[in-house]
Amino acid sequence: MSEPMTLETLSALDTLLSEDELLVRDSVRRFVRERYLGRAGELFEQEQFPTELIPELADLGLLGAGLSGYGCAGMSAVQYGLILQELEYGDSGLRSFVSVQGSLAMYSIWAYGSEEQKQKYLPEMAKGNLIGCFGLTEPDSGSDPGSMQTRARKDGGEYVISGTKMWITNSPLAHLAVVWAKVDDGGPESIAGFIVERDASGFSTPTIHGKMSLRASVTGEIVLDEVRVPEERRLPAVRGLKGPLGCLSQARFGIAFGALGAAKSCFDSTVSYARTRVQFGVPIASKQLIQQQFAEMGSEIVKGDILSLHYGRMKDRQGGKLRPEQVSLCKRNNVRVALEVARTCRSILGGNGILLEYPAIRHMLNLESVYTYEGTHEVHTLVLGKAFTGLNAF
Amino acid sequence: MKILVALKRVADPANHNKVKIPASGDRIDTAGLEWQINPFDLYALETALRLTENGKNPKKREGEVVVLTIGPKETETNLRSALATGADRAIRIEAVDEELDGRLVAHALAKIVEEEKPDVVMMGKQVVDSETNMVGQVLAELLDWPMATFAATIQEQPDGLLVEREVDGGVAKVKVTLPAVVTVDLRIVSPTSVRSKHTEAGFKYPYEEVRFAPLPAIMQAKKKPLAIKNLSELTPDLKSTTRYVKYEAPPGRKAGIKVKDVQELVQKLATEAKVI
Ligand SMILES: Cc1cc2nc3c(=O)[nH]c(=O)nc-3n(C[C@H](O)[C@H](O)[C@H](O)COP(=O)(O)OP(=O)(O)OC[C@H]3O[C@@H](n4cnc5c(N)ncnc54)[C@H](O)[C@@H]3O)c2cc1C
Repeated sequence: MSEPMTLETLSALDTLLSEDELLVRDSVRRFVRERYLGRAGELFEQEQFPTELIPELADLGLLGAGLSGYGCAGMSAVQYGLILQELEYGDSGLRSFVSVQGSLAMYSIWAYGSEEQKQKYLPEMAKGNLIGCFGLTEPDSGSDPGSMQTRARKDGGEYVISGTKMWITNSPLAHLAVVWAKVDDGGPESIAGFIVERDASGFSTPTIHGKMSLRASVTGEIVLDEVRVPEERRLPAVRGLKGPLGCLSQARFGIAFGALGAAKSCFDSTVSYARTRVQFGVPIASKQLIQQQFAEMGSEIVKGDILSLHYGRMKDRQGGKLRPEQVSLCKRNNVRVALEVARTCRSILGGNGILLEYPAIRHMLNLESVYTYEGTHEVHTLVLGKAFTGLNAF
Repeated sequence: MKILVALKRVADPANHNKVKIPASGDRIDTAGLEWQINPFDLYALETALRLTENGKNPKKREGEVVVLTIGPKETETNLRSALATGADRAIRIEAVDEELDGRLVAHALAKIVEEEKPDVVMMGKQVVDSETNMVGQVLAELLDWPMATFAATIQEQPDGLLVEREVDGGVAKVKVTLPAVVTVDLRIVSPTSVRSKHTEAGFKYPYEEVRFAPLPAIMQAKKKPLAIKNLSELTPDLKSTTRYVKYEAPPGRKAGIKVKDVQELVQKLATEAKVI
């Protein structure tokens, strides 16, 4: 048996990365392997996010890493993607925590907030002293966010917000929530973002228990019962659905990179298992059926890596902007690849594949959420379908 | 305090399987090896950073750490990584690995010490590739400085460093006056192993490794000074005196045996392995 070639050697993607991109990736890689991987299975099993790691994530500069100014690390799109991929090599729950804090909660304020709002919240959020969440989805409004029912009624210098947000990552931990609501009697064009602080009266965040996916990430509701929010907590610079969708575009881009981290974790561990697991007198890795699966998985992972790197470079060249359809293509492709890789690896591991001792089933279950959130796979299919045909099939 | 930390790149010890020796046996084939800083040298870097800060407020530097390596241009990545980890500036001495040996390295370091005048020269007790364990000792001799090798703990005192050294069967305590050469062992990165004069009583580092390089520091590291010198200018009359006769891979490991119970194990340890 000769030494196996790693995915990284084969793809030679490192040759396309600059020295500081490699240093950034390697620093986060070391952090995840030394501080998270050893506990990943246990945290998943115990349905626990390791809040004690938050100061370490902040010290490393991981919170709001893709933003500039206000105490943020100012990473490029490619650097940010590489960071998320290393985090998701650990667990999609760890990556979700960082994505929501940086790409959703902080980005909303960074992109649409007033200067006072940015000064007040962003540096503390980068330090991990304030945790944020992002409330768009509701019990009766998921893929169709324009149908949201949460309303903000103007009352003098305040807004009075009522409604329920569902499936909100980090809400039970959060010190503040960015909540999207329709204003007065308006339609989707009236949607506005509000910063709601934890101590606001009528604000609560019940935890959603019993998830079989993303168990190491805390998910909850946001219940808003006549919550009074002063005018200066409204995000002034955006109106309509393009506000939340602009944030999602940032997060989805990171997820496209990130999901492949989960795939690589499954791939690496399953290769070494298949080389040592002996059946019919030989390692199962010596069988053509198994090898074909590795050939397919390896090819898909490398293609996905090149796809996200390509769009990442473009995003950096274009001042952080990509067309939403490009982000859809990338998220849809890479998350599907990752989910299929995780399922295939789970199967190659046989009975052991259902144990948390091996990462495959954990990633597989996690990726079911990643497939659904940030625009379901089907929604991105419709985005692409509309782009290619010019016809709306939503 | 000003500390000069000597770093050497080595092939990633976790990937030792990639080390190949051609049939001629005249060299090690370095193509495709992944390089990283010698782990003991990383501990030396962590030690130097701890000695030049108050652990409670590590962002404020309380001294200077200069990192140095001898090697080709690619080793600048390792220096940049050390700068991102917290070192203040870097020096690279241009040379190819094949022309170096421990004695030559020590002479080159001695020249740099003359220019830089550090209070301490610090490095790992040995490198994990050649394991010669000699550079620190030769350097101390050349400089005629006190030395403390295999340091497990270091406490800064008004008149020098109090060092506990790992020795066979225990720990030897030595006091060195400055300037001095110190080489470090594994335990130096334990939470309370290093106490600078700024370290508050009872302070513990929350980790037992070299610290992680924060992302903003990686970007700032590009702006920190990195000076380049030439080996031939520093040590014009010297050449490596080590001759490598032949490289051979160690023999492959023999398959183990299974014993049926503890009794058989003990018996085999006594009669066959003869270790008890
Ligand atoms: C773990 C987790 C964390 C989350 N975190 C957040 C968060 O932090 N903030 C937040 O706002 N939201 C969050 N979400 C919500 C997530 O974005 C939604 O679940 C997602 O948008 C889908 O909405 P839904 O669950 O209501 O499904 P639905 O929209 O009801 O979709 C159900 C199914 O119908 C399909 N479908 C819908 N419309 C069409 C159509 N026109 N044509 C064909 N098929 C269609 C969908 O693709 C899907 O398969 C999270 C979800 C999960 C699971």
